[in-house]
Amino acid sequence: MKLPPVTTTVSASRVRDFAASIGEDSPVFHDVTAAVIPLPPTILFGIGAELEGDAALDAFGLRPAQVLHVEQEFRYHRPVHAGEELTFRSVASSFDRRGSAFVVLETEITRSSELVAELRQVLMA
Amino acid sequence: MNVGDTLPSFTAPTVTRDGLARFASASGDDNPIHLDPAVAVAQGLDDVIAHGMLSMAYLGRLITSWVPQDRIRSLRAKFVGMTPVGAAPVCGGRVRAVEEIDGELRATIALTVKLGDGTTTVRGEAVVAV
Repeated sequence: MKLPPVTTTVSASRVRDFAASIGEDSPVFHDVTAAVIPLPPTILFGIGAELEGDAALDAFGLRPAQVLHVEQEFRYHRPVHAGEELTFRSVASSFDRRGSAFVVLETEITRSSELVAELRQVLMA
Repeated sequence: MNVGDTLPSFTAPTVTRDGLARFASASGDDNPIHLDPAVAVAQGLDDVIAHGMLSMAYLGRLITSWVPQDRIRSLRAKFVGMTPVGAAPVCGGRVRAVEEIDGELRATIALTVKLGDGTTTVRGEAVVAV
C-alpha cells in the first residue's frame, strides 16, 4: 500500500532541537546561522513519522501504542541539509510470523527528484 | 581503520521522563508508550520505555564522533531489549570488516547499546567509507 507522498523542509532550529534532545552538542548542528547544516543521521525517521501520521498502522487496524519498533535502517545516498525540500514516498506492507503481526514501512526520500536516503522500519504488534 | 578496532564507547545520559518528552517533541516520535505510564501499563509494561530511536540516535552520535557524517553509507538497528526510565545506555562499536563495496573501500562496524546490568537493547551495524 502506497502512502500519499509528503514534502517538507527541515529547519535549522529543528535540527538544533533534535541535537539538544540527544545530547549532541557539536557546533555543526547548533549554529543556526551556518551556511550549511547537515541533518543528524537519524532525524529523518521522526520527520517522516510526524508527516505521515498513523496512516500505515491505520491501514492494518493497529494503534501506535500496540506496536513496538523492532528494526530500523537508513541508507544514505547524498548528504542532506537543513532548508532543503525533501519528499517522502512510503510503501507499507505487513506479514505474520510466529503469531505476531509485523508492519514494514519503506520510504524513499528525494530532493529535486534525486534519491538522497532510504528508510526501512519494522513494527511488531 | 582495521578489523577489530573498537570505537571509543560512550555512556548516554540517564533516561528520564522529561528527556523522553523532549525527544518525542524534537524528533516527532510521539508514541504514547514512551510518554504515558497508563498507556504503557495497558500494554503490559511496568512503565514507559525509551524510544528505540533515542538509542539509535546515540549510535548516530557514536559514528559521527568517529567519522565525518558524509562517509556514513548505512545505519541499521534491531531493537532487542527495552530501555526503562533510569537506565544509562552505553554505546559501543567494533570494526567487523573492511572491504571494497561498489568500488569504494568501506568498513562495517558492529554496534551495540547495553544497559548497566548488561542487557543488550540494540544490535546494529554501520557501513562507512574508509
